[in-house]
Amino acid sequence: MVEVIVFAIFALAALGGALVMVSARNPVYSAMGLLLTMFSMAVFYVMNGAHFVAAVQVLIYAGAVMTLFLFVIMLIGVDRTVDTDEKIPLQRPMVVVLGTGLVFLVIAAAWDSWITGRASGVCTVDCTGTIEAISEELFGAWLLPFEATILLLTIAAVGTVALAQFALKPRLVESGGEEE
Amino acid sequence: MTGWEIFLTAAIKTVAAFAFLLTLTIILVWFERKTVADLQNRIGPNRAGPWGLLQTVADGAKLLFKESVTPRKVEFGLYIAAPVAALVPALLIFLVVPIGRPFHIGDRLIDLSGTDLNIGLLYILALSSLAVYAVVLAGWSSGSKYPLLGAVRASAQMISYEAAMGLALVPLILFTGTTSLKQIVEIQGGSFGDTFLPAWNVVLIPSFLIFFIAGIAETNRAPFDLVEAESEIVGGYHTEYSGFRFAMFFLAEYINIFNIAAITVTLFLGGWHGPTFGLGAPFDWVLPIFWFLAKSMALVFVFVWVRATLPRMRYDQLMSFGWKRLIPVSLLWIALSTLAIGVRRMGLPWT
Repeated sequence: MVEVIVFAIFALAALGGALVMVSARNPVYSAMGLLLTMFSMAVFYVMNGAHFVAAVQVLIYAGAVMTLFLFVIMLIGVDRTVDTDEKIPLQRPMVVVLGTGLVFLVIAAAWDSWITGRASGVCTVDCTGTIEAISEELFGAWLLPFEATILLLTIAAVGTVALAQFALKPRLVESGGEEE
Repeated sequence: MTGWEIFLTAAIKTVAAFAFLLTLTIILVWFERKTVADLQNRIGPNRAGPWGLLQTVADGAKLLFKESVTPRKVEFGLYIAAPVAALVPALLIFLVVPIGRPFHIGDRLIDLSGTDLNIGLLYILALSSLAVYAVVLAGWSSGSKYPLLGAVRASAQMISYEAAMGLALVPLILFTGTTSLKQIVEIQGGSFGDTFLPAWNVVLIPSFLIFFIAGIAETNRAPFDLVEAESEIVGGYHTEYSGFRFAMFFLAEYINIFNIAAITVTLFLGGWHGPTFGLGAPFDWVLPIFWFLAKSMALVFVFVWVRATLPRMRYDQLMSFGWKRLIPVSLLWIALSTLAIGVRRMGLPWT
């Protein structure tokens, strides 16, 4: 019973946040809407016993990513009018068709099969030991994909630094040459 | 336990923790003003009540009855939400900190913390990362230049030092093998071998220092108080706030100071562990609370001491200290401590 009430509240909050994000005129309110949705999703993770995922969701998405969004929005300045012209022809009808299609696909998939097995209302795994369970899976069965992901992220970080450096290099060389 | 019992226990603990924090703030503000006055050769508050103890109560009452001025250019919704966003994470963080030895009521064991989360440390990091929203939203929604400057400074500063804070905790997690604060405290009981030295995690001194410095930066205290630097940007993000809305920012700041002190004590200084002198019944759970509070207040004193001693950093110094000193040092310390812990657990690779 409690679970249903909590779910109803945060499901509405998640949907409301998503609507605000799409429809708000002011980008700061859009960011706040997205934040609300992310936070509600963290609550869903907690309800499913995935405390670790919930904490990471709040820490990474709400804490870091959204803060950067806000930072960028504020640096660019929110007072400028945003160009809201729709460039793609038939944008709105396409959105309606694709959106309804997606909803039907999700419902059809959920009707047919659950990856986690059908909802039983009880925690089948140990609900309090999530961090140990995750690390055992991650560093045991899925070590190779995990390391590959790390490699990917490292490449991305190094690439960012490299791009910034390459862009600067010609100018640095020129100014150095002039001084000599 | 049945559902109702769980609900009631949680409600009682939460209300108790909030009441404790709000009462403590009154003492903390008085403590800071008195200590800073002493360090600056002044007397400090001495009119209201004995030793000026009631000064904070008087100030609080004044703020309650003061008019909350709302400037015309504010974004009202977010302007109202920002003080709440400041206070809520500050109150919630404290719920996972164990403030004393678990004790029995009848045959039931009661933990002296709001709850014991398996992901305790991550919970703390997650909530402290939410604190930045209060500053950013307050600064932006005020519709004024100085608050906006304060907010932009805050978002850059808090993200930078959060990284160092998180990295400082990695060696601790490796060393203790858990992120539950209750277990971290339990591991620190007893002493090293046959010595009288307590087995606190303070052996991880670099982690302790980095965490505490980053903690000072996270709470926007001097010498990292560029967010609300009076001499540069008036009051920073809370320039346009007055009355009780301002009081909520004020409360959040002091509760956060105590939170950082309490968490540092829990993680590195043995939590509630301390000598109980074998005094028996009531003392073996009263004394741990005393030790916890004493250690926390000692660290709060360090906060105040640092504030009264060090001048404010320049903004480029703040950034280069965070990114070029603290984060590389904590990465190096992670590498070193991982090697040490690996060798301790598994021996040298060639033996």
